[in-house]
Amino acid sequence: MIEFFEVHKAYQLGKKSVTALQTTSLQIPTGQIYGLIGHSGAGKSTLMRLINRLEEPSAGRIEVDGLDITQLDAEGLRNFRRRVGMIFQHFNLLTSRSVADNVALPLRLAGELSKQAINKKVSDLLARVGLENHAKKYPAQLSGGEKQRVGIARALATDPTILLCDEATSALDPQTTGQVLELLAEINRELGLTLVLITHEMDVVRRICDQVAVMDGGVIVEQGKVADVFLHPQHPTTKRFVYEAEQVDENERVQNLAEVEGRILHLTFQGQATYEPLLARVAYQTGIEFSILSGRIDRIRNEPYGQLTVAFKGERLEEAMQMLQAAEVHLEELRHE
Amino acid sequence: MNELLANVDWYEIWLATLETFLMLGGSLIFTILLGLPLGVLLFLTGPKQLFDQKGLYSILSLVTNILRSLPFIILLIVMIPITVMITGTSLGVAGAIPPLVVGATPFFARLVETALREVDRGIIEATQAMGATTKQIIISALLPEARPGILAAITVTAITLVSYTAMAGVVGAGGLGDLAIRFGYQRFQTDVMVVTVVLLLVLVQVLQMVGDRLVVHYSRK
Repeated sequence: MIEFFEVHKAYQLGKKSVTALQTTSLQIPTGQIYGLIGHSGAGKSTLMRLINRLEEPSAGRIEVDGLDITQLDAEGLRNFRRRVGMIFQHFNLLTSRSVADNVALPLRLAGELSKQAINKKVSDLLARVGLENHAKKYPAQLSGGEKQRVGIARALATDPTILLCDEATSALDPQTTGQVLELLAEINRELGLTLVLITHEMDVVRRICDQVAVMDGGVIVEQGKVADVFLHPQHPTTKRFVYEAEQVDENERVQNLAEVEGRILHLTFQGQATYEPLLARVAYQTGIEFSILSGRIDRIRNEPYGQLTVAFKGERLEEAMQMLQAAEVHLEELRHE
Repeated sequence: MNELLANVDWYEIWLATLETFLMLGGSLIFTILLGLPLGVLLFLTGPKQLFDQKGLYSILSLVTNILRSLPFIILLIVMIPITVMITGTSLGVAGAIPPLVVGATPFFARLVETALREVDRGIIEATQAMGATTKQIIISALLPEARPGILAAITVTAITLVSYTAMAGVVGAGGLGDLAIRFGYQRFQTDVMVVTVVLLLVLVQVLQMVGDRLVVHYSRK
């Protein structure tokens, strides 16, 4: 468990003090994939770097599994950092070292294992990320996705319990992004690592995160389970991220609605309800008519969800709405008749 | 051919070439031994770097700049008493090496500082995040990553030292420059002048070529 107790971070810029992170308390449960989303300058990068003290907090206390890391001395901090892997947007591999030497570096720096043990470990790690045939290559000879795999193998070398991912897929194309996210999810599943992941793409959060914190101006404006935040965004910043991900244009949506008759509802359903013929059943039993104006059926992590904008007409509409609500469909009225 | 080079004593030329090599080799080794740590220190204490120390950086920077702005010919003369203290003589190869090292070290240190600044900050951050000590960051990440730049700096410094050794001839250091001045210039033996100049030119060419090859060999970008 990573816990922030009223942590505050300000920089001294000349004579001015600039706040990067407003006083924040936060809990990241062990074994979760925790997303931090925000635009650049929102403070997400600062928040992440406080976890392995690449940034020193100006005030407050940070505990990792009960250990107050703000009190660690230099030696203690170095030992602690070996329990926290980190991967980066631009990979930050050493260009002068081969793939195998890059992965071996954290182990050599720790100086605890013999040469043979290191070699064994490096080949295991490279096999895990699917790069066993690239050990002797140099980073410049690899594609972006392969470089990030090396970065992941390197971050896992010292058997960390936490993996910090700093915009790990932002420099990759969509297909490679998918593969790297898949690998990260697999690591989380199989090794039980806690992942903290910074991104500015809601899609990344939707695909692998369990929980998400939305940041703006050095403040966490909204946080919770991804499904809740994603399907029922409250804060304007969150809404913007969600609409960006769905490519919804608010103006267009309102315009389209003007052309149809009836009462317009926005239906959100999750889990098993997604695949059940709910609308048809309700229509059959109450005799209402409906037409679907727009919609989306997709998955958040592995849980299916659907969002539909539907126009309803009919006498027994109230009854129909109660039936939908009883089936755990969330209703939002966009236009009364 | 022999008529054209009537004044050229090939044995003298051979001895002078050997002296030039000794001065170059000796001063280059000491320049690297002193300049590399100084360059690393300049880098580390610089603004926003690992050991940001404004005061120390200012002092180091000032000393470096003073030594660099001193014309080498003046440095040669100013250094004479110190040279005698170190080597016991201000003449010959041994007498030339201290001023050569003092002249080239600040120059080389600045080039090393620049080469280290070229290293991606992200690589330093990544190494820090692994739990590396500052010493480990320098030895395992900074220096290997800056190796091509440092090799290029050594090449430029070696070539600068070749021209410095020629100047050192003025204070009786020996070598090809000394030969060119004493015979070529003072006795109007143009053929000696031409031979020494050609030899210096070849030396510079070879240094540059070897340096470039090494830089390419160690560049993995």
